[in-house]
Amino acid sequence: MGEEPLVRWDWIGRNWPEIQELLADHVIMALVPVVVGLLLALPLGLAGARWRWLYQPTVGTMNVIYSLPSLAVFIVLIPITGLATRATIIVPLTFYAMAVLIPAVVDGLTSVPDHVRQSAVAMGFTPLRRLLRVELPIAVPVVLAGLRVATVSSISLVSVGALVGRGGLGYLFIDGWQRQFPTPIVVGVVLTAILAAVADLLLVVAQRWLTPWSTARSRVREAA
Amino acid sequence: MITFDGVTKRYPDGTVAVDDLSLEVPTGEITVFVGPSGCGKTTSLRMINRMIDPSGGRILLDGVDVTTIDPPTLRRGIGYVIQQAGLFPHRKIVDNVATVPYLLGWDKKKARDRAMELLERVGLDLRLAGRYPFQLSGGQQQRVGVARALAADPPVLLMDEPFSAVDPIVRASLQEELLRLQAELNKTIVFVTHDIDEAIKLGDRVAVLRVGGRLAQLADPATLLAEPADDFVREFLGRDRGIRRLSFVPGDGLRLRGDLTVPASAEVSSVRGTAEAWLVVVDDDGGPLGWIAPKDLPDSGTLAGVPAAPYGTFVKGRDSLRSALDAALLSPSGNAIAVDGSGRVVGVATREALDEALARVADGARG
Repeated sequence: MGEEPLVRWDWIGRNWPEIQELLADHVIMALVPVVVGLLLALPLGLAGARWRWLYQPTVGTMNVIYSLPSLAVFIVLIPITGLATRATIIVPLTFYAMAVLIPAVVDGLTSVPDHVRQSAVAMGFTPLRRLLRVELPIAVPVVLAGLRVATVSSISLVSVGALVGRGGLGYLFIDGWQRQFPTPIVVGVVLTAILAAVADLLLVVAQRWLTPWSTARSRVREAA
Repeated sequence: MITFDGVTKRYPDGTVAVDDLSLEVPTGEITVFVGPSGCGKTTSLRMINRMIDPSGGRILLDGVDVTTIDPPTLRRGIGYVIQQAGLFPHRKIVDNVATVPYLLGWDKKKARDRAMELLERVGLDLRLAGRYPFQLSGGQQQRVGVARALAADPPVLLMDEPFSAVDPIVRASLQEELLRLQAELNKTIVFVTHDIDEAIKLGDRVAVLRVGGRLAQLADPATLLAEPADDFVREFLGRDRGIRRLSFVPGDGLRLRGDLTVPASAEVSSVRGTAEAWLVVVDDDGGPLGWIAPKDLPDSGTLAGVPAAPYGTFVKGRDSLRSALDAALLSPSGNAIAVDGSGRVVGVATREALDEALARVADGARG
């Protein structure tokens, strides 16, 4: 590398359209698994909270999947979903998201205090209405905390996909490494970090907006 | 009226929570279920709104078997107050109170107006309406719980140890508040507690239950204290049963003396000749200032300049013999000052008068 500067701004300028494309690809591959993972985790989490015996096997299975190295899973999937396709990345990341989100949904639902649930029953809520109007809203802070973890880790894991030809901003690492040229690596790292920070911030804002009763509570605690 | 007709609750593992319970909860009265843990009092309460279904017998609500009514419909017509209030943490106070009106499909404006009216009625600052439950104290939350139970104006109110999680001072004020509300509303209330003092204070009738879910005695509080049905009830009522009974004897029967009162503006010399050991000094409005002893008065001046000894009062026509006795014990004279509703002295119950009244009570206990 020697006399090469850390960042060459002219390279960024020339390659900006390509960088934008990689960024968009990264966002899609990181967020689709989180959204799909949440949609799948809700019914599974509800079942886990309703029938406790289901909870341990489900979470156990998910933890085993979570422990598999992402690169190995990508490689195993190539014959099915194809080399360098989005699906090869999205499918495993969806399972990773679920591994975080299912326990979050179950914990969120079990965080509903018993006296609150019982008073809902005694007021005359039907079971479905109780779930939608009382239990799920109270579970939101815990689920959102899980969603933040799942989102940030998903954004970071997409880069690994570069090793099987589809890694969004991760491509810039490989490119920079192969050419002994630091600028793409720096761009990739900075954009990934910004992406994660922005996504996390949006979730924090969503949490404040969705659960004023909970953010106010944490502010009171901080003040105390 | 709520009728328990041979109600039994037996669980699959053989535990019997309630055993052949038959009693009537009269309309417009507070009936308290009291007993040690495991006596089935909460189970009995929850069978009324079908949070638990009986395994034998029937519960009738104004003649209709509750098991023939769809549970959510039944419950929306029965107010329920739970220990720790059970407020919804994610809803503002006003919306918590409006819960049942919302479930009944009232429009939002009407439901919220009704909620505000109830918050006022249970003595809460209306500025709390827009807050969330965690911003309220335990006592305030419990008042909200009561307001919520009353929101749709149900004829029946079930209260499951509603005041046991708050400190004793707040509990006492919540109890007073409930009695005040009940005087206005005349609901049919079933109140569950493990605290016999609370039961005696609140109940028009008290059902004492024993472990295993059997009814030991059902009576009004005065009868319960005077004539416990058996050793279990006697023991459960605890110590001081005789003294506590005095709470149910009106102080009206006390003979009052009107000649022991002197105005503060009177000269010292005007009372020096009296044979009485103690006199009550009253201000211009007739309110008590305290006791003076004529034998150790200064040589001259008015009584206003004489330091007066402490005193206790009871309200004639409202307070019990127990309050009068308490008032007497707070005075060095051993006499109780009777006042009217606005605090003016109407007479003095001397130790002799108290003694006569206590003798009458003790005489009654013989029969």
